[in-house]
Amino acid sequence: MPDSHYRPVVSQWIGFRTLLYKEILRFWKVALQTILAPVLNALLFLLIFSHVLDRHVTVYGDIGYTTFLVPGLVMMSLLQNAFANSSSSLIQSKITGNIIFMLLPPIAYHEFYGAYVLACILRGLFVGIGVLAVSLPFVDLAFAHPWWILCFAVLGGATLGTLGLIAGIWADKFDQLSAFQNFLIMPLTMLSGVFFSIHSLPKLWQDVSHANPFFFMIDGFRYGFFGQSDVSPWLSLVVVSVFFVVLAGLTLVMLARGYKLRA
Amino acid sequence: MSLPAIRIESVTKRYGALQALDGVSLEVAQGEFFGLLGPNGAGKTTLISALSGLVRPTSGTLEVMGHDVVTDYRCARLKLGVVPQELVFDPFFSVRELLRIQSGYFGIRSNDDWIDEILVSLDLRAKAEANMRTLSGGMKRRVLVAQALVHRPPVIVLDEPTAGVDVELRQGLWQFIRKLNRDGHTIVLTTHYLEEAEQLCGRIAMLKAGRIVALDRTDDLLRRFATHSLRVRLSNPDCVPGLGGSVEVGNWASFRFDTYADVEPLLARLRQSGAGVEEIELGEPDLERVFVEVMNRA
Repeated sequence: MPDSHYRPVVSQWIGFRTLLYKEILRFWKVALQTILAPVLNALLFLLIFSHVLDRHVTVYGDIGYTTFLVPGLVMMSLLQNAFANSSSSLIQSKITGNIIFMLLPPIAYHEFYGAYVLACILRGLFVGIGVLAVSLPFVDLAFAHPWWILCFAVLGGATLGTLGLIAGIWADKFDQLSAFQNFLIMPLTMLSGVFFSIHSLPKLWQDVSHANPFFFMIDGFRYGFFGQSDVSPWLSLVVVSVFFVVLAGLTLVMLARGYKLRA
Repeated sequence: MSLPAIRIESVTKRYGALQALDGVSLEVAQGEFFGLLGPNGAGKTTLISALSGLVRPTSGTLEVMGHDVVTDYRCARLKLGVVPQELVFDPFFSVRELLRIQSGYFGIRSNDDWIDEILVSLDLRAKAEANMRTLSGGMKRRVLVAQALVHRPPVIVLDEPTAGVDVELRQGLWQFIRKLNRDGHTIVLTTHYLEEAEQLCGRIAMLKAGRIVALDRTDDLLRRFATHSLRVRLSNPDCVPGLGGSVEVGNWASFRFDTYADVEPLLARLRQSGAGVEEIELGEPDLERVFVEVMNRA
C-alpha cells in the first residue's frame, strides 16, 4: 500500500491460526453432517451388534461384547472422520478452485500441514466424544489408563488426518477420493479389530492383522479403557508413531514441492 | 532510481512439450498502470501465476518489490494482491467472514476498519453478511477484488477482472482501481477489452506464444503501429477502389493514412473524381488495430 496509508501489523503465526480456525469453522458450520451423523451411525452399529452378540461373546475373560465394542467404535469413528475432514476439505477446494486463496498468501507448507491436521484431530475428538457419550448409557465402561486413551486418540486422528491430506492432494476427482476411502481406509478400519479381538481369528489372519497399522491404533486405544489388549500398548505406540512420522514426512515433501497444488 | 514493483528476468515455463513462457523479461515501475495483453494461450495467466507463486517457473527469476517470489516468498506475497480470472469462492462463508479469514492468512489479526472501507468502496456493504452462494456473478467478482486488497498490497494484479461483468459494475470497478493507482498502487492488468487497456494503461506488453512481442508506452505503440482513418459518405463511391479505399454499406468508404497532412490531398482527389463528399468522420488510432498488427507481424 502507498506509504501514506496505515500498514497493518503482520504476524506469521496468524496465518497458521487463521487456516486452523477456517478449517474448524468449515466442519462446525455443517456439524449435523460432520459430527452428529457419524455419532448416529456408530450408535446404530452399537445397537445392532450388541443386540445380536452381547449374550454370546465375551472378550478378555469377563468383558461383555458391547463393552468391548464401544472403544473400537469410538476410535473407528474418530479415525474415519479425521480422514474425511482433510480429504473432503482439500478436494472441494481444489475442484471449486478456492484453494487459490490459501496458496496466494504467505503460509508456509508446514503451517498448511499443521493447520489441516490439527483440525482433523479436533473433528475426530468431537465425534469420538460424541460416540462415547451416547454409548455410556448402554455399558459400564472403565477408563483404566486415560492418558493412553488420549495419546492414541490424538495420534490416530493426526495419522488419518495426514492420510486424508495425501488423498486430497493426490485425487483430482471425487471418485478417486472415494476409491481411496472405500478400497483402503474402510477395509483397514473394518479389519483392525473394531468388532472382534484378533485372538478370535485363525493364526494366518492374526498375522495379517499385525501388518495393519489401524489394528495398533484400535488396540492401543482399547488398552486405555480395559488395561488389557491383544499386544503391548508400547508396541502399538511405536508402530503408530512410525506410521505417522512416515506419512507426515511424505505429506510435507508433497506440500513443499507443491505436488498437484502448484503447477 | 527506485526499486521496480515487478522484475521478471528470462522466465521460462514448460509443461511437457508446451513452452508456455519462453524467456520473458520485463520490469514494471512502482505506481505504473501496466497492461499485459495477448490472445488466449499466450501465457498471460501463466506469467501472473508464476509471479504469485501458483506456478513454479522452469527457469528465470521473478521479484515483487525486490523480493524473489521463490526464495523470499513470504515478503513477495505480502506485497502482491491477485484478482484471479476464474470466479471462485468458498461456499461455507459470508463475505465478511471470507475477508476476515483472508486477512488472517496474510498475518493480519484486526482488519475490520479496512474491510469496511473496502466493502463501501466496492459497494458490497449491504452484502457483508450474505453467504457467498447467494451473490450474483458481479458481486462475487467484487468480492474477489476485495480479497486481493485485504492486506493492502502495493502491487495489484488483475487477471481479466471484467470478463462477463455488466457495464455499470465495470465502470465502478475501473473507477475504484484508478483511485488505487492514484493512491500509489502499481496495477498490472490483463484484459481482452483492448479499449479498457488503451484508456487505463500507461505501458503495455503484448505476449504471443509465451514471448513478449511488443513492450512500450501505450502512446508510442499507437503511434508506431496504428494508422488514422477517414470515413466519408459519398454520393458516388465508384472511384473509391482506385484511390486505395474500401467501400462500406450506405455509400460510406474508408481510407487509412499515417498523418493528418494526408487528409487534404485525399479529399482533393475525391473531389476531382466526382465522388461528392457528403459527410466526414476522422478515426483515431486504436489499440485493437495495434494488437492485430503486432500479432500478425510476430
